[in-house]
Amino acid sequence: MKTIARINALSHHYKNSVALDGIDMEIPAGCMVGLIGPDGVGKSSLLALISGVRKIQQGVVQVFGRDMNRSLNRMAVGPHIAYMPQGLGRNLYMTLSVFENVDFFGRLFGHNKEQRAWRIRELLDSTGLAAFANRPAGKLSGGMKQKLGLCCALIHDPDLLILDEPTTGVDPLSRRQFWELIERIRTRREGMSVIVATAYMDEAERFDWLIAMDDGKVLATGSPTELKSSTGTPSLESAFIELLPPEKRHGHQSLLIPPRLSREAEVAIEANELTRRFGEFVAVDQVSFRIERGEIFGFLGSNGCGKTTTMKMLTGLLPISSGEARLFGKSANATDIDLRRRVGYMTQAFSLYSELTVRQNLVLHARIFQLPGSQIAARVIEMVERFGLEDVIDELTERLPLGVRQRLSLAVAVIHDPEMLILDEPTSGVDPVARDQFWQLLLQLSREDGVTIFISTHFMNEAERCDRISLMHAGRVLAQDTPAELVRTREAANLEEAFIAYLEDTATDVMEATDKDSDRSVQTAPTQTRPRSARFDPRRGWAYARRESLEIARDPIRIAFAILGPIILMIAFGYGITFDVEDISYAVLDRDQSPESRNYLENFAGSRYFEQRAPLYNYADMDAQLRKAQLSFAIEIPSGFAKDIKRGRQPEVGIWLDGTVPFSAETARGYILGVHQSYLEQRLRTASDKAGQTVPANVETRFRYNQDFKSVYSIVPGTIMLLLIWIPAMMTAAGVVREKELGSITNFYATPVSGLEFLLGKQTPYVVIGLINFASLVLLTVYLFQVPIKGSVAALLVGGLLYVIATTGLGLLMSSFMKTQIAAIFGTAIITTVPAVNFAGFFTPVASLTPGAQVFARIFPSSYFQQISLGTFTKSLGFEVLISNFFMLTLLIGVYLLLGLTLLKTQER
Amino acid sequence: MKRNLVNIFQLGIKELFSLLYDPVMLFLIVYMFSLAVFEEAENAVTGVVNAAVAIVDEDRSQLSRRIGDALLPPHFQAPDEIMIDDIDTSMEAARYAFVVDIPPGFQADLMAGRPTRIQLNVDATAMGMAATGAGYIQHIIAQEMRTFLKDDHAPAEVSIVTRAKFNPNMEAKGFQGAMALTNNITLMAILLTGAALVREREHGTIEHLLVMPLRPIEIMLAKVWANGLVVVLAASLSLYLVVKGALGTVIIGSTPLYLFVTVIYLFSVTSLGIYLATLARSMPQFGLLAMIVFVIMMLLSGAHTPLDSMPFELQMIMQLVPSTHFVNMAKAILFRDAGLDVIWPDLFATAVIGAVFFIAALLRFRKTVTLTQV
Repeated sequence: MKTIARINALSHHYKNSVALDGIDMEIPAGCMVGLIGPDGVGKSSLLALISGVRKIQQGVVQVFGRDMNRSLNRMAVGPHIAYMPQGLGRNLYMTLSVFENVDFFGRLFGHNKEQRAWRIRELLDSTGLAAFANRPAGKLSGGMKQKLGLCCALIHDPDLLILDEPTTGVDPLSRRQFWELIERIRTRREGMSVIVATAYMDEAERFDWLIAMDDGKVLATGSPTELKSSTGTPSLESAFIELLPPEKRHGHQSLLIPPRLSREAEVAIEANELTRRFGEFVAVDQVSFRIERGEIFGFLGSNGCGKTTTMKMLTGLLPISSGEARLFGKSANATDIDLRRRVGYMTQAFSLYSELTVRQNLVLHARIFQLPGSQIAARVIEMVERFGLEDVIDELTERLPLGVRQRLSLAVAVIHDPEMLILDEPTSGVDPVARDQFWQLLLQLSREDGVTIFISTHFMNEAERCDRISLMHAGRVLAQDTPAELVRTREAANLEEAFIAYLEDTATDVMEATDKDSDRSVQTAPTQTRPRSARFDPRRGWAYARRESLEIARDPIRIAFAILGPIILMIAFGYGITFDVEDISYAVLDRDQSPESRNYLENFAGSRYFEQRAPLYNYADMDAQLRKAQLSFAIEIPSGFAKDIKRGRQPEVGIWLDGTVPFSAETARGYILGVHQSYLEQRLRTASDKAGQTVPANVETRFRYNQDFKSVYSIVPGTIMLLLIWIPAMMTAAGVVREKELGSITNFYATPVSGLEFLLGKQTPYVVIGLINFASLVLLTVYLFQVPIKGSVAALLVGGLLYVIATTGLGLLMSSFMKTQIAAIFGTAIITTVPAVNFAGFFTPVASLTPGAQVFARIFPSSYFQQISLGTFTKSLGFEVLISNFFMLTLLIGVYLLLGLTLLKTQER
Repeated sequence: MKRNLVNIFQLGIKELFSLLYDPVMLFLIVYMFSLAVFEEAENAVTGVVNAAVAIVDEDRSQLSRRIGDALLPPHFQAPDEIMIDDIDTSMEAARYAFVVDIPPGFQADLMAGRPTRIQLNVDATAMGMAATGAGYIQHIIAQEMRTFLKDDHAPAEVSIVTRAKFNPNMEAKGFQGAMALTNNITLMAILLTGAALVREREHGTIEHLLVMPLRPIEIMLAKVWANGLVVVLAASLSLYLVVKGALGTVIIGSTPLYLFVTVIYLFSVTSLGIYLATLARSMPQFGLLAMIVFVIMMLLSGAHTPLDSMPFELQMIMQLVPSTHFVNMAKAILFRDAGLDVIWPDLFATAVIGAVFFIAALLRFRKTVTLTQV
């Protein structure tokens, strides 16, 4: 048997849990390999390690005979592997259209235009997505998302296809179509190996070879028949349970559904023609149903068919477009707090606080639902025991496997003993054993406590357990009855068949996928010339740049902030920040009241810098006014001023400044001394004129570069410097981190894109936006503020380009090592504001900074561009004088990029 | 009512746990209120401090050397001596803000009573120090000449003495420190609250809260008190340990009053942060929006340049921004020992602005949950 992957002593640990515990195995090539086991046993970790997406901690993984521990090998085998991560559309870009998503992956693998056009058409045709080529991925149903994900994975004709739970959360028809599609692809590409992790045992029955896993260990391997015969069980599901160690098997029994005893007529939930529109799109279309008290009512349908929207309307989260919803006979009203106390709600996505522990989550909800304080501790313990959370009670919820988290969600939803539970796909992604346990709890609640349960699901066997179900598709209810009755009506073998029959009645989009004609093109597929994976390929970088641009283009609000923000700020700062001091307020305490004192004071009154306020009468008056900041300074003329001048006794004028703001006080003092000096010179001149003498020497002051000494000539070019670091750096700050948070970073790990291509590609569109900002700021400077470019225009433009590259690079650097978007945004705000305002020469020239601050100035690009901006606008300079600044900017661009590359992880850890 | 308070308290506790869980954020908060404040206070000085000066001494006389020696710290760095041909290039490269050119034969001419002049070149793009610095240098040169000539046959007829109230040495450190603290309070409060809300929306936990017996107002107030508390604690520690301790600033005013005012201000700014978060649909949008708002609050509130010199319209607009009032109050309380009687109009304005943002955010709150863009 040929092997595709060989694994030796592979172990993998997360903070305080073991995901894989010394695994050894050989995975056969050219067949469908299934990976089965409960949630959180290491299936996903194993697949990620085989695909090279996750970094190997311990042990050896060989794929295609190459050691995946070495990056050169990963580069070499990468283009032969396709990896689709867990989660609906995790690797897709939701604002991009179907076509654009596939196109992006084609570009990543270096296909030319023709190849792409041909291959995308082929893939979309064969998956039935061709009709939706222009629909944004975010608006696809779950099944379609997975098909699109598959298209993206298959674009480069991989030899090994790795799928992590590809059909979880997908409706049965789409699921069936998905496997048919895989089958067709495998007939076309003989020898392609597929490794699939799945939670559906019925799917696993069809695979060639299975790996049963539990607790980071391999329980058994072999074909489905081998596994069944070795355990002597009829089905895989029971075979798997048989394979589990005895202590785990304990507690699992096949689920018995006790019938509902009392059929109360009381209606708990009632919906009449409930409709919800989002613009043109009708998400829920005239849905009606009645759910009786104590009943388990199921909503069966694919993701995106309107189940969630209906439930949100019932809970008051979404306003109802038309129709009516009543809970316990009361209208579903968002503001009815008492109603909410009677309902428990569990959302589709795990929406508890992942940063809190299990206990903290439970206590928080108990408190919010106002359980008496004395009962909380007991109730929490009760929940923990009932839902089997004892072992994890003080774990952070974030670290729990999905199945356990869902149990916690349910525990939280019932902690206040609600009369009704609304559960939106509570078992999505939970393994069969855990699902059965979960249902055990639901049945208990329904049959023993009489809780009404409204549950949505895409699992057939769960739907079968409901008292009544409603089959939903594309916003409409197809049929509604007891599961048995539905099967009987359609004369189907089981519920799944019945549902598919109903779906096929509605001639809608999903049907096209079953179009058998699509096989035609598949037959003619030529073998594709595989591009060499070069170390650096600008096409891959361009693919990222293009994709990022498309995403930005779909976000008009962000574009508006990015383009208009700097313009508004420029106008505010250009007019607002000024050192032109005028109208410094002052008042006089004239104790002499003589012609001489008035003569002296006239010099102040006549100056345009000062503005006189009502005279003062005593110190208390002066103190009070200074304290209220009504005055900037006060002048005190001593009594006997005139007399003293006459007698040559040099009277002393007192100035009282408000020293709170040292800069303002200093400026004021400067002007005061100037006025005083000119008074003295005036006296001297009149005196020397009489004596026929000349004034000996003076200081000629030349204000260079800015003869009018107007703030605008230095503030406005400086503001360009400030804005071009704040806005571009902030734009890129979220760039990489956001992909980490949303999961699409996997594409970077799984495709042959290098870090350099990734970073440059992400940066490019923001550089373009930065340049648009730069252009608008320069135009504002020249035309609105009338600050001409006296020096070299070329130098300014080149400087602007380098600066924008450097500042976007700085933002990207922050983004490449921060873990959350918040931290990246925070870090960028901190790192760009203080140094740019204080240490770049905006208020104070860099040369006049303290040595410590000069270090700050040198490692950020702002100080260099400040020189270029001031130099070209105000100082009439060109390239020669400014050359060192250009050099330093280029150097910083390189340093940021290198640092970014070093800190950017190319594999998951 | 009591139930509401319990909810607000519980949700706030949750908020604190969330913060505790993020070590990077904790690190950034500690950094912002310790080192960052210290750094800015010590190093970010406006005005004539540590100015870079050069002298072209073509005279090489006793007097010319005395003038050079008289340019002293803290206002000036020790002057570099350069050649006359270097004046242009060195000023173009912004190596010096001031270059004093003493012509040949200056001392001799002066003693002989022949007219002569010293040239003072000022880089007028260094607006923060150009005018005042030029004044100081002129004053210093005049004084040196007078002392040199022992020119007491024509004493100044009137002398002038300037005293600075509230800050006798016109020490900039304390003021800079207080203003750095102010700006960091603003940044922290906006980002912490706003980003927390955007994240909760992106993760779907807000929806979860809204189906529980909670009102939006409780969720918002919880965010206000919890994040506000963190910032107030950090700011108090910073005030005592950094501004008073490490920087050695003498605060003549009432620190408790300042902290009380900070609490009101935090209500205002955290409300603003929540409001901004209801406007943004995703974290990148919030980041940009918050940045734009923050830099306006930082640069135009009077912490960096005086409000009085702004155009009248802009001054009026800035009255609508809470940081303007907070800066006013911080200056008044910390450095002028003003009491409630003086600052109450600003305090009132801060509270009203905060209430407006809070109500605006409340009106948008439910709606924006469904607007989240992922």
